[in-house]
Amino acid sequence: METHHKILVLDDDADWLNLCNEMFALLPSKPEIRTVASGARALALMETEPFRLLVCDLKMPRMDGLQVLSIVRRRFPELRTVVLSGLEDEEFRSRAYALGVDLFWLKTDMQANSQMFLDCIESLMGRDMEGGFRGIQSKSLMDIIQMECLSRSSTVLRITRGPLVAKLWIQNGELIDAESEGARGEAAFYRILAWKSGTFENLPAEPDRERTITKPVNALLLESAQAMDETADSVEPCSIEQTAHRKTIWKLAQLTREGAEFVIVVPPDGQGEVETMGTQPSEPLARWARRAAETAKRLGERIEAGPLSHVAGHNLERQMLVLNLENKSFLIGWPPNAAAGPLLEKSKKLVSSWDS
Amino acid sequence: MGFLKQFLRRFFRSRAAVQQLPAGSVAVDRDGRVVTYTVSSVYPKELLCDIGQEVLSLFREARAAQMPLAEVSIHFASLHITARELRGGAIIFLFPQAAFSPLTNRPRL
Repeated sequence: METHHKILVLDDDADWLNLCNEMFALLPSKPEIRTVASGARALALMETEPFRLLVCDLKMPRMDGLQVLSIVRRRFPELRTVVLSGLEDEEFRSRAYALGVDLFWLKTDMQANSQMFLDCIESLMGRDMEGGFRGIQSKSLMDIIQMECLSRSSTVLRITRGPLVAKLWIQNGELIDAESEGARGEAAFYRILAWKSGTFENLPAEPDRERTITKPVNALLLESAQAMDETADSVEPCSIEQTAHRKTIWKLAQLTREGAEFVIVVPPDGQGEVETMGTQPSEPLARWARRAAETAKRLGERIEAGPLSHVAGHNLERQMLVLNLENKSFLIGWPPNAAAGPLLEKSKKLVSSWDS
Repeated sequence: MGFLKQFLRRFFRSRAAVQQLPAGSVAVDRDGRVVTYTVSSVYPKELLCDIGQEVLSLFREARAAQMPLAEVSIHFASLHITARELRGGAIIFLFPQAAFSPLTNRPRL
């Protein structure tokens, strides 16, 4: 007798539940779909019925999605979990992945790419129950790529590092394409390998993807490792100058692409020089950025308001944002007419890619 | 019974209280004195003064750096502070943030 897997959809929005119901009915495996509006009800249902997949919202009254997921992870470790959220904040994506969810999708992306979303769900439902362990934070990206290639798998690896997103296309164990920050092919692959940390997820394979990488993956990994070693060991003045020049060009390109006016990188007092890009070296501005970060941190501790995210300011000439990363303060200047909404995300993106 | 009531009252009074985050607005003059505020009167006034002083120092230092600012906002994990410069003083808006605060609560930046 043919068995149909069961999907449990948890969301406090009744209209959204109806939409999910209609959408999942289109899955080729024809799963049985159950919908619930509260975390407590979902947990009670999972105790009584075996489910294959839980699709969960994050923002809900009483018990939010992260609370439900942390309970589910302990009680039903074999259950596949997907987060479907309207919260466009990368922090929630990281927190969800830290809880071991299999997929994180934004509701807007799901509506825009519904077929791809359904492929992902179908792929998750089809995987063997006993296959796969979660939690491989100790492995580098090189290890993950090698594992995928050695197992001759076909998949798309989506790699996220803060606001930066990259994709690697692997077909029958061969790396065929890479895409990152506007670059494609080998250049993108090398750029991704320079990332020191991040999260990754497996998306369904795209066999029709155009091939841009022809070298074997081991050769690429070797070249990349050699390039990194050479950069680290390089002592010749000429190569130091060349590296510095390349870095400057890269940073200016980043600045132009994001539409920022300038970036001033300010180390802690007495620990190195101020780095300026896109404007004249300005000690008063650097001092203000340092003082703003210090003042805000001190104030946050005094009023117990939690960690500092950023300081922003504007006048008629420009908008400015101060972000802190690894003891350094980044002062980023934006034109006055730049849309204020996405400035924080854009600034974070700029800062994340600054030293990569 | 009376003794027990007294004992319990004393016990509960001596417990460390959780400080609520301020919500509302505060107007400070150019010397950092609080002129008027809509924050709950339970919230310690000296902390409101601290917020006012620190915000004014940010405006002052920005002026010293030849970059006078019309508005400054400080974003913490659980509180957003937005301050507008008012002839040397400032009006400060305080927005506490929950984990899932709606985006509409957030100030300009």
